Amino acid sequence: MKKDLRIGLLFALPWILGFIIFLAYPVLASLYYSFTNFSILREPSYVGADNYAELASDTVFHKALINTLIYAVGAVPLSTVVAIGLAMLLNTKVKGMSYYRTIFFLPSLVPMVALGTLFLWIFNGDYGLLNEGIRAANLEPPNWLGDPAWSKSTLMLISMWGCGQAMVIYLAGLQNVPVSLYEAADLDGAKLGKKIWNVTLPMLSPVILFNVVMGIIGALQVFAVPYVMFPGGAPARSTYFIASYLFDNAFQYQRMGYASAVGWVMFIITLVLTLLALKMSDRHVHYETE
Amino acid sequence: MNWTSVGIFGLAATLVVGAVVTGERVITRQDRTDRVTVIYWEKWTGSEGEEMRKVVNAFNESQDRIFVKYLSISGIDSKTRLAIAGGNPPDVAGIWGDQVVQFADANALTDLTELANDKGLDENYYIPAYWDGYVYKDKVWALPSTPAAIALHARPDLLPPEVATPETFPKTFEALDALVEKISVQGPNGSLKLAGFLPSNPGWWNWAWGYYFGGQLITGDKVTIDTPENLRAFRWIAKYTKKFGSQEVQSFQGGFGNFASPQDPFMSGKVAAEQNGVWKANYINVYKPGLEWFAVPMPYPADRPDLKGRSNLSQDVLCIPRGAKHVKEAFEFLSFVQKQDVMEGLCSAHGKNSPLAKVSEKFFDTHPNKYIRLFDQLARSPGAFNIPKVGVFPQISNEMNVAFQEVNSEQKTPERALADAQQRAEIIWSTYRKQVLAQ
Repeated sequence: MKKDLRIGLLFALPWILGFIIFLAYPVLASLYYSFTNFSILREPSYVGADNYAELASDTVFHKALINTLIYAVGAVPLSTVVAIGLAMLLNTKVKGMSYYRTIFFLPSLVPMVALGTLFLWIFNGDYGLLNEGIRAANLEPPNWLGDPAWSKSTLMLISMWGCGQAMVIYLAGLQNVPVSLYEAADLDGAKLGKKIWNVTLPMLSPVILFNVVMGIIGALQVFAVPYVMFPGGAPARSTYFIASYLFDNAFQYQRMGYASAVGWVMFIITLVLTLLALKMSDRHVHYETE
Repeated sequence: MNWTSVGIFGLAATLVVGAVVTGERVITRQDRTDRVTVIYWEKWTGSEGEEMRKVVNAFNESQDRIFVKYLSISGIDSKTRLAIAGGNPPDVAGIWGDQVVQFADANALTDLTELANDKGLDENYYIPAYWDGYVYKDKVWALPSTPAAIALHARPDLLPPEVATPETFPKTFEALDALVEKISVQGPNGSLKLAGFLPSNPGWWNWAWGYYFGGQLITGDKVTIDTPENLRAFRWIAKYTKKFGSQEVQSFQGGFGNFASPQDPFMSGKVAAEQNGVWKANYINVYKPGLEWFAVPMPYPADRPDLKGRSNLSQDVLCIPRGAKHVKEAFEFLSFVQKQDVMEGLCSAHGKNSPLAKVSEKFFDTHPNKYIRLFDQLARSPGAFNIPKVGVFPQISNEMNVAFQEVNSEQKTPERALADAQQRAEIIWSTYRKQVLAQ
């Protein structure tokens, strides 16, 4: 038994070492650094809770936090609705469905930086493909990238592009819904809308909860696409998010201690929102085993 | 599963971990065993990178003791900092001039004062305004690779004949405004077709507008963003937004192509005049050869003729990071780059002016920019100015960018935008002084 344990640990050693070196230590170190003034190039000096006190009155941090929360509030429900809608469509019995599923999943494999560059062209206010279409319909298109009133909405729309991962999980969830429930609903004379509302969504609720929680965590960490599309959070910091502020402080302004504090505040906010989502799920999520 | 297999597995795991930990040192330092290898990280790619590579090759061929290994690195500033922190920095790093103070404050650079003095690389060797960019707290921290000066570029084909030459082009902001009013074209729905000039294009020096109106961002050790001079500059910017319409300007600028492409607004004829650097000629020569253009000094306010000939300078510099393994050899390379013929060759290939006090006639005669003498004069002018010498310049520049965008999008008045920027910058500067300068 002991021999098996030793061999097991030996095989797990690369992962354990990787976890300790590349995850556990940096996490704990960042907690320590958040209480220091640390520029990477000098020894950290302990400053107590100064970094957290500064965050409390930092208007740029507040702006970035509000931007991030607005983005999460817009992007998570939008992506959820689109992913569920696509999963339902891809769950129908149509010839060549496996091809459709692949096609709809493919966009989520596009690297974030390439995605940002691509959408710079699509959303261009003057010659972008989207605005060309809007103009063709005799409507006045917005300036998606240059107008602070539209820039966050642009990113929310772009977030739908990556909903392929969630879509696949929803699709798996949909295929686990017992056919007998739909048959019973048919016998009760339920129409499509009623069946979705009373059968599909309740049976899918654990999957929705999982995807929403993952979506919240992902949305609060949004970085690559806005960083590529809106340098410096332009226009006028309307697309400046917490992750960008953390990055700038750590790698542009050499304030690693302050950036660590930003990271920990973000972690606490993410944790609270996740716990809130789990708490709220008590009444709305139905598990098959219940 | 026998112990032999476990042993092989353990050995393989150790090798992988060992390679990750020591790989950088093992691989990069052993290119040439017969010479001292100097690792040189440079931010340039493309043709600019290739021109620097030629200089490196020339240095490697000029002697048989040192071999400079040239690597083009993206994100060079943050990677250099992390490499210094990790104890394995390059021997030479090509960073931006506006980072010298920040790096020096962070104890990230090697003091080059003595080495430079020994080679006669002092204030007499360089144009004073450029030399000022290498010195901080009475120490030399960097030497130039290529410098630049800024001027107003104009297209005579988009101008009325009476102002279509460098001699007749408007000299003051007021005259420029009148010209812009006259030549700009807007469609029936207000959409811009041609802008005579836009303060927001190309938008690379939003921090500097106040300087053209007599302002400064830092005076002594005080943040002076909200002074009347800077406010005057931002009111002038707001006038353009009001004249053309905020939405129209944003939409118009949304259609501007990349500066390194024929879709560049100046090259494609969307703007008749723009503020740009000495390198612009190189891009025109590549992407729109044959385009007629000229360069003139930036305008000055009519009531401030003393501000005539102002130009903000910028430069790319070479430094030796703290902890570099071969400081003397690295400086050998730096001093090679400073030789007049080498420097002139590099600057000419990059389409830039020379930072050296002494410039040959051949440099002017063969330079790809036909207005190179103007840029040289601007750099030597008493009106030439560098970025403020504070380590928080990146943050202050960001605040000025935000203020500019807020005014340009009519989100805030110039007064409000500058007051907010002032407040933010004061906090940033005060924190920096307490946390960095007091250490």
